Amino acid sequence: MNIPVVNLGAILPAIMLSLFGIAIMVAEPFVSDAKKSWLGWLAIAGTIAAMLALAPMSRQAGQWYTNLWIVDSYSIFFHFLFILIAAITILTSMNFLQREGIHHTEYYALLLFATVGMMMMAGSNELIMVFLGLEILSIATYVLAGFRRTDLKSNESAMKYFLLGSFSSAFFLYGVALIFGATGSTNLIVIADSLRSGDPQTSLVSLAAALMLIGLCFKVAVAPFHVWAPDVYEGAPTPVTGFMSVGPKAAGFAVLLRIFMTAFPTLEDRWTSVFWIVAALTMLIGNVIALVQPNIKRMLAYSSIAHAGYIAVAVAAGSEHGVSAVLFYTLAYSVTNLGAFAVVTMLSRSEDKLVNLNDYAGLASKRPGLAAVLSLFMLSLAGVPGTAGFAGKFFIFKAAVQSGLIWLAVIGVITTVVSFYYYLYVIVQMYMRDPNEEFADVRTTGPLKLALAITIAGTLYLGILPTRFLDWTVSAAVNALR
Amino acid sequence: MIPLNWYLILAAVLFVIGVLGFFIKRNIIALLLSVEIMLNAVNLTFVAFSSQRGQISGQVFVFFVLVVAAAEAAVGLALVIAMYRNRETLNVDRSNLLKW
Amino acid sequence: MEQNVLAGYIPIFLFMGLTLLFPIVTLLAARLIRPQTGGAGKLAPYECGVDPDSDARQRYAIRYYVVAILFVIFDVETVFLFPWAINFNRLALFGLIEMLVFLGILIVGYVWIIKKGALDWA
Repeated sequence: MNIPVVNLGAILPAIMLSLFGIAIMVAEPFVSDAKKSWLGWLAIAGTIAAMLALAPMSRQAGQWYTNLWIVDSYSIFFHFLFILIAAITILTSMNFLQREGIHHTEYYALLLFATVGMMMMAGSNELIMVFLGLEILSIATYVLAGFRRTDLKSNESAMKYFLLGSFSSAFFLYGVALIFGATGSTNLIVIADSLRSGDPQTSLVSLAAALMLIGLCFKVAVAPFHVWAPDVYEGAPTPVTGFMSVGPKAAGFAVLLRIFMTAFPTLEDRWTSVFWIVAALTMLIGNVIALVQPNIKRMLAYSSIAHAGYIAVAVAAGSEHGVSAVLFYTLAYSVTNLGAFAVVTMLSRSEDKLVNLNDYAGLASKRPGLAAVLSLFMLSLAGVPGTAGFAGKFFIFKAAVQSGLIWLAVIGVITTVVSFYYYLYVIVQMYMRDPNEEFADVRTTGPLKLALAITIAGTLYLGILPTRFLDWTVSAAVNALR
Repeated sequence: MIPLNWYLILAAVLFVIGVLGFFIKRNIIALLLSVEIMLNAVNLTFVAFSSQRGQISGQVFVFFVLVVAAAEAAVGLALVIAMYRNRETLNVDRSNLLKW
Repeated sequence: MEQNVLAGYIPIFLFMGLTLLFPIVTLLAARLIRPQTGGAGKLAPYECGVDPDSDARQRYAIRYYVVAILFVIFDVETVFLFPWAINFNRLALFGLIEMLVFLGILIVGYVWIIKKGALDWA
């Protein structure tokens, strides 16, 4: 009897994170409360191990495990992004959990499992795998959103996320079932070949694609499927909100592009026009409603909807430039938004106190360093030149214009100008109002400093010297389109 | 031999019942059940296509969907318990702390 | 042809007969063997302990739901064991190792549940 040799190199990062996640979960009941922060550092070690495992993975380019899994620079880029998101979120959470009295280390395990789910979404070549990844991500995130068990807002947030999440997964899955019926496969490449041969019924295929699109649009929270997002983002624990506003969104767009670029190139003119409408609507709704939000978590929730709209512009562009702009923008937005949420986490008090915009009044006179850092992130979210947000928006609008979507680019630029108002309002509060809060017990601890250092460095680096990462995203885009 | 379309129509009707239930019902448990109906409609579609095409893979997918549905139900019910302990109601209309 | 079809059902009929026979035989045997001591105490729901004094439909302890939820998960995971068991010979050692990995992950989860005290009734 011979044992087939299984090449685990191609999924090594996911295995690493799973092992560390399981270890942390099982260790939790055995570790005394005083030593629980060690498990947080163990989770960080897990993300570092996964980062290192990217090197052997990148040497395994190609399709693996009966074509279930695909390793190319597109999937490696998203693996890198997801591990980065997980690491920054863990660093942001460590003190938060202690402060809130919910220092159960299952939190870290769930974060790592959610990251594994995102990796499975980005790297799979097969719709059922995508569904499994989506569910691993979603189920872990439902629990994370409700992690403050005794808090009514957290309960409600988790419940809403759970109900709408499982509802949208069912839509996605129905689409998968219909495409299986139409083409006899759930493998993206086989589907594409079958569609090129012209055999399957077009109506069935269009219906399937539309259902999958609805399911994924719920996940990435673009209009008109965005209504759950502000409620869920407001109620969830703040670091989890940061994670949810970037992680599932990036994973959703990764899958969306992969599915529609690989499997449905024959329907391209249809889904790009759908995305035209979705992008325009999302940018308008997100930016306009964000103007009137008193709560900064809610304001950032609408801002994240708006940013999903900008990414949708690049998806609508559809070209190689569009795809690379999507990748670059998700990276730039993730780094910036995680940084902003790290500052909000630091300033907020237990039971979600001090998360209103007027609570930030006069922050600059009390804590000038923090105010400057938050200003940088706000400027980057708004898209001021020299920051990551500007570079990202620039590439997106360039791609849109090159693909002839002039009007969409115009709407994008106008809504960006609108968004300046609410981002700059935070800065105005911090620098030009009198403080009504002492901010005395705001402590910048080691892990948070590290998280801020990474996000500040990322925001500035991507803004000033974007070429290196841009080259990476372009090569990833070439891979995705082939 | 029952034609394939009948199965598909049944599945589509079940799916729509699930969607409507999700929008009409106000009890969280009923919403959970509606989602389960939707997932089972999908399972029916998978099995019908699988037997029509003679491809066993469709039935294997049903296993995965079943397991995922169970995991989802477990997490959902746990959330329901947590919510009920804090609030003593399962009516979604009363969950109105968060709105714009 | 007819003969063969009917012959195929013989094991089923045998089985049905056996299942009918088994309770009848055991109940009769018990009746013959057991000591015949009657009385009101024998008819009470519990011979010892507290008599039930209310309806069975009351609130359950919250632990009951936790155990039920855990049961659902472990119950459904066994769905993967059946196809594996049927194809055991074809999947060979590779399948065995894969299944052990799968069960290992489940057992790790089980250890976690026990350690967390989710199954303690006290």
